[in-house]
Amino acid sequence: MHIDKQRLTHLQQLETESIHIIREAAAEFDNPVMLYSIGKDSGVMAHLALKAFAPGKPPFPFMHVDTTWKFSDMIRFRDQYAKDNGIDLLVHTNQEGKAADINPFDHGSAHYTNVMKTDGLKQALDKYQFDCAFGGARRDEERSRAKERIFSFRDDHHQWDPKNQRPELWNAYNTRIRKGESVRVFPLSNWTELDVWLYILREDIPIVPLYLARPRPVVERDGTLIMVDDERMRLHEGEVPMTMSVRFRTLGCYPLSGAVESEAADVASVVQEMLTNTFSERQGRLIDFDEDGSMERKKRDGYF
Amino acid sequence: MSTDAQLIRSDITAYLSKYEQKELLRFVAVGSVDDGKSTLIGRLLHDTGMVYEDQLAAVKAASKMEDGGIDFSLLTDGLRAEREQGITIDVAYRYFSTDARKFIIADTPGHIQYTRNMVTGASTANVGIILIDARLGVLQQSRRHAFIASLLGIPHLAVCVNKMDLVDYDEQVFDRIVAEFKAFAADLDFKDVTCFPISALKGVNIVEAAAETPWYLGPNVLQYLETVEIHDDLNRVDFRFPVQCVLRPNLNYRGFAGQIASGFVEPGDTLMSLPSGKTSQVKAVDLGGVPCDGAAVPQSVSIRLEDEIDVSRGDMLVKADNLPRVTRTVDAHVVWMSEAPLDTQKSYLLKHTTQTVRAQVMKVRAKIDMDTLEDGDGSSVGLNDIAKVTIGCTRALYIDAYKRNRGTGSFILVDSLTNNTVASGMIEAPAAGQDLDALLRETRAGSAIEPKTQVSPRERFDRMGQHGATVWLTGLPGSGRWALAYALERRLFDEGRTATVVDPTGNDFQGILSACKAATDAGFITICAYDSYQRDKRHVLRGRVGTERVLHVYINTDVAICRERRPNANFDGFEPPVEPDITVALDTVRLGDAVDFIVDQLGRRGQFERPD
Repeated sequence: MHIDKQRLTHLQQLETESIHIIREAAAEFDNPVMLYSIGKDSGVMAHLALKAFAPGKPPFPFMHVDTTWKFSDMIRFRDQYAKDNGIDLLVHTNQEGKAADINPFDHGSAHYTNVMKTDGLKQALDKYQFDCAFGGARRDEERSRAKERIFSFRDDHHQWDPKNQRPELWNAYNTRIRKGESVRVFPLSNWTELDVWLYILREDIPIVPLYLARPRPVVERDGTLIMVDDERMRLHEGEVPMTMSVRFRTLGCYPLSGAVESEAADVASVVQEMLTNTFSERQGRLIDFDEDGSMERKKRDGYF
Repeated sequence: MSTDAQLIRSDITAYLSKYEQKELLRFVAVGSVDDGKSTLIGRLLHDTGMVYEDQLAAVKAASKMEDGGIDFSLLTDGLRAEREQGITIDVAYRYFSTDARKFIIADTPGHIQYTRNMVTGASTANVGIILIDARLGVLQQSRRHAFIASLLGIPHLAVCVNKMDLVDYDEQVFDRIVAEFKAFAADLDFKDVTCFPISALKGVNIVEAAAETPWYLGPNVLQYLETVEIHDDLNRVDFRFPVQCVLRPNLNYRGFAGQIASGFVEPGDTLMSLPSGKTSQVKAVDLGGVPCDGAAVPQSVSIRLEDEIDVSRGDMLVKADNLPRVTRTVDAHVVWMSEAPLDTQKSYLLKHTTQTVRAQVMKVRAKIDMDTLEDGDGSSVGLNDIAKVTIGCTRALYIDAYKRNRGTGSFILVDSLTNNTVASGMIEAPAAGQDLDALLRETRAGSAIEPKTQVSPRERFDRMGQHGATVWLTGLPGSGRWALAYALERRLFDEGRTATVVDPTGNDFQGILSACKAATDAGFITICAYDSYQRDKRHVLRGRVGTERVLHVYINTDVAICRERRPNANFDGFEPPVEPDITVALDTVRLGDAVDFIVDQLGRRGQFERPD
């Protein structure tokens, strides 16, 4: 078939649009950073960034906001991935929060997330004076995200104003900001969870093993399976870790990430389970259960 | 039961390779309030199995339907504020897929004040869905929506005549609406217009053939979305490659990265770089750093050339035998998207492909009258207005008509003060051909904007909270006019205004006039009491500064007192003003009161921003 007749599959189309977005932001901002959360979406975004500038390296650093409560597998994976791909990786932890020993057990998920994640992110953005931060969020994840622009303006307090967003047409992105303001750029806006998994399969993108089912030590708490990832895990009276074959649909801080029972030990099986599943993805992430509309409020406050 | 569902269970790998081949279709759905658009979208998501049980449970709990049914519109209405208002307020994107295709929905509000949101959603759509209430027929609103969809270059229009259940699925009602709509749409630019009799609420003709409309033999909405041919909607002929950035990881690799806006490219093609006009052959087309056989719209690639020609961001690579129009002035339709109205005296930033230039709207040729959809009075263009304008740019753009090329025919305007996107533009067909010489001359030409201030009086007003004016004080020597001038300056300054007294030292009358004009243009309350005994001189002043910008104050302090104060001054030849704006006698009025009076007059003239 001649080249002018070729049809792009939807994955190729999503890929090509995301690469355009990443290049556009890299070309127009002075000091961009790619926020890297180690999850599968971040993995896809990082892969797209590598492709966008191949055979060179992305002209911006990656940054992980480390709450110190991530799964140890995630940290190992992060460091290996950065090393293998020659990525300039920054790691930031909210030192005040760490000194005050803010943790998910004593302070509740909302406060802990606010201090270690949201404040940590804002600190890091201020510290390095980034004017653009790439994030791996997708519009299909949550209803308030469905309205967010691909280039999403943040004021000098990192806040998002959902009622006052810049119109965004075609692939013409307005990147103009004043000093102190910034833009969050979401190259995966139009991807769905299934697209992400398919792309991981097609491109053979490495993912944290926690996404795949393995026998792991867990306890059941409030109907959710929590993995006992290290000695800091506080067991309630009568709780005894049991070994179950589980995997994680989303990865965050281990005491806040619910596992699902599964036998899916490879990506194709995970997708199979997902497609026959009837629950949406963020079900496994406890921080969204605070109240209806909570994601929108967190985003106004600067959470990704 | 979908065949995909079976395949997922039996052979996931086969399913995934099939899924991967699906084509992407974007559509925008527009309708007036209560047309049932959110319900239609909610219904599509639900009936194609895209709603998870926990989402559905939340929506069921929130539904307040009389019959206890599910309010499908809640699936799409996301943000808190709009849930409170009961309407969608901004573009929301939704995703679903079927056995045939993957879909992205831009869900946009339809009432007139939100034209800008519809335009946003329509800009990338392959298909536009318009909802018409079967009971109300083709409203002006529906015509507007179709007009905007056509203007934004949506190739395929689907007209859903909704709420057919409320007209007993009457074929004649449907036929009448279709006939009326098609007669109207004949003048628009759609490739095809397809009409559907539906009930979003009851799920009729959305994803299944309906028993309720045996007289309707066409496809249902979903079948249509799955099969409408979109491959040829992209311009696959005219190769246009706006360069985003140059990849130069080492001395051996120099690739020009970008997304192909239209056409295709293969190794060996002869490309010309604009604006330089230099040509070279394509050495390689790389996808993700790996050479490929060639690439076409809309792929993101990097192109390597045989020769080292100078190319950077904002430049465009084109085929030497198929050139775009190169021009510093463009005629375009603009959709105004900002609360601040179009200002023909200020310059905006215009972003076209990867190039950003300074631009000024030189002329508003017409504003579309949204009632008649014909050209109307263009004296003012504000939020949600659509206007035909002529824009001048500081540098040449490489353009095609929007109807031929969405990529190189579109632009946005950005206000450089607020950084907001204030307008979107669709370029009209440029006048007849341009030979290579003319094209290259245009790339070297200077700015098309006449060299004058790019800051408009309105912008100055927005910044300073006041309009510039000259307060001209006339009076005899000893009348106290300079004392009044400086007291007035002090008072205005204390009140947060920007004012200055033009000092007479070392200046002649002409110099004073120039100073007053410059300071008034800059937005200052400019105060001067320079000698102007003759009426002619004051007439000249009004001519230079502008009558409406001069406040003429006559200080008619008693002559005897003036002579007593300044016994050696020249009192000959003073011509009292005929019609001063203000007259004060500083022997009977205290200085402070005179200042009050002048400040009050300035306020009455609309000189200052009104407090909120």
